[in-house]
Amino acid sequence: MTTLDQSDSLAAAPERDLRARSSRRGRKRSRGADRGAVGWLFIAPFGVVFAVFLLVPLGYAFYLSLYTKGLATGTVFTGLDNYVKAFTDPSFLSGVWFVVRFSVVMIPVQMGISLIAALLLDAMTTRLARFSRLAIFLPYAVPAVIGALMWGFLYSRNFGPLQDLFTLFNAQAPNLIGGSNVFGGLMNVVTWQWAGYYMIILYAALQGIDPSLYEAARIDGAKSWQIAVRIKIPMIAGAINLVLIFALIGTLQFFTEPQILQPISDGAITSTFTPNIYAFNLAFSYSQFNYASAISFALGIVVFIGAYIFLFVTRQREARQS
Amino acid sequence: MSSTITKNDATPRLGRERHPRGRNGGRVGGQIVLAILCVYFLLPLWWLIVASTKDAHGLFSGTGGALWFDKNFNLIGNLQTLFSYSGGIYLRWLGNSALYALSGGIGATVLAVLAGYGFAKYRFRGRSLAFAVLLGSVMVPMTALVIPTFMMLAQLQLTDTIWAVILPSLLSPFGVYLMRVYITDAVPDELLDAARVDGAGELRTFLQVSLPLLRPAVVTVLLLSVVGTWNNYFLPLAVLSNSNLFPVTVGLAQWQGLATSNNGSGTSLWSLIVVGSLVSIIPLIIAFLSLQKYWRGGLSLGALK
Repeated sequence: MTTLDQSDSLAAAPERDLRARSSRRGRKRSRGADRGAVGWLFIAPFGVVFAVFLLVPLGYAFYLSLYTKGLATGTVFTGLDNYVKAFTDPSFLSGVWFVVRFSVVMIPVQMGISLIAALLLDAMTTRLARFSRLAIFLPYAVPAVIGALMWGFLYSRNFGPLQDLFTLFNAQAPNLIGGSNVFGGLMNVVTWQWAGYYMIILYAALQGIDPSLYEAARIDGAKSWQIAVRIKIPMIAGAINLVLIFALIGTLQFFTEPQILQPISDGAITSTFTPNIYAFNLAFSYSQFNYASAISFALGIVVFIGAYIFLFVTRQREARQS
Repeated sequence: MSSTITKNDATPRLGRERHPRGRNGGRVGGQIVLAILCVYFLLPLWWLIVASTKDAHGLFSGTGGALWFDKNFNLIGNLQTLFSYSGGIYLRWLGNSALYALSGGIGATVLAVLAGYGFAKYRFRGRSLAFAVLLGSVMVPMTALVIPTFMMLAQLQLTDTIWAVILPSLLSPFGVYLMRVYITDAVPDELLDAARVDGAGELRTFLQVSLPLLRPAVVTVLLLSVVGTWNNYFLPLAVLSNSNLFPVTVGLAQWQGLATSNNGSGTSLWSLIVVGSLVSIIPLIIAFLSLQKYWRGGLSLGALK
């Protein structure tokens, strides 16, 4: 039987597949049940962690969010009051509005840079291309805290290169993370931090395309940029969608960078700047754990719905195209 | 022309690059764009290296400007201060980061390999539902779980312990997803059947037949989860208050807070933050450079489906 199986694997694939499948079906009757139990055993360790650190915290947060702790009243059940409060709370809504705006502007820019870099790297094999692949990816290995600190220094009027430049003209450099610059300043930090990771995902997907497709297009007279737009980008649509959804989920839960840059932002980054910063301050500065739970849970709902809508729209479009 | 095509058949990737027609203009333009991107992505790191060699005075008003070395080269002095400041707490933070990242990362990878294998290679009742729940959970923002997790751990009196960082870091739904996608293709069912017919148990089949085939995916998931834990800031910030337990990210951020409020008790914290940042990113950069050939292929996994 063993030798038969081994010689089998050298034989033509389709027949082997069929035969293996039919022979498995025969065996399944006797061993299928305990095989299924083994499947659950493999999943069980992860399942425990999943339950304890995802389902339980979510459930607990929802439970807490249904109560309100008052100085005079103690902790009382208030139903969905905290959610009504959250979705009418200007601080929460302005935070949500900021991260939504930030996603809408930042993600296309970041995506553009990642995609252009990936297409260039895919088309070139020069030494510069190999070097750039690492150079662009490197920020991914840098913690967001360190990335934000570094850009904070570079933006700074005390340390940064900008002041060197402005001193030449006897002028005071603008604060690149203060006032109305805060949007662009944060956008730059996040783009720098993540574009390389997305670039590598897209690049890997591009490398997986069968190059003979380009050959055919080239014989038909297609130029390089036409091949990129008409063949390469549609072929990696799956990877692009994956990157977009990562970027969306990541940006909506924006926390680290604004939190780190807050001290040098001249007050432009407030304690309610993003939903996560707001929830953090509610919990740890004001001990309003019930309301902070409601905010966390509400943010989770917002992100989940956002991601779901995105997936739904892309699925619909794919379905229409095929 | 026809010879180019046959050459392309043999070594498609190389052959394509050699294609001469109408590509020179685009190639020069492409090189320029790449060069600009390199400068942009490396600039902050270059600044960090330069600034690490400056003393406190040089950092604020050095002779070479922000992007060049000061006449006073003080890297060694900065490193000495960094590792001795406040009883060598920086080294402790580095050690904590390594402990959290390695235990959390390795644990998450082991769980992801097992669960991915279970999903990919076993048919059982409830599998589709369980996998759908898993996919949905990829869309749950992990930071939204931080405050709930903190409050749950507070109930169990586990906050301010290493477990408060390590245990939640074991959760990696995306890692499970990646492993399942990879295992489905990389481990043929026929191979497993052959091993079973030979009398190998399910565990032995997994360890001796399947696991060796999974190395690229294992390295990738391991790197992703180690990096994720090493870079994490929100979770340790929320669950830890004893600065002896801080990972380096939280520690440096705390120094930055102290430095901004001019509270460094005599020592200039700014130069410590700079050199501390440089030291803290070296381990991961080395890990990525040395493991390149594994993760480059592995990262495309999630993009396939």
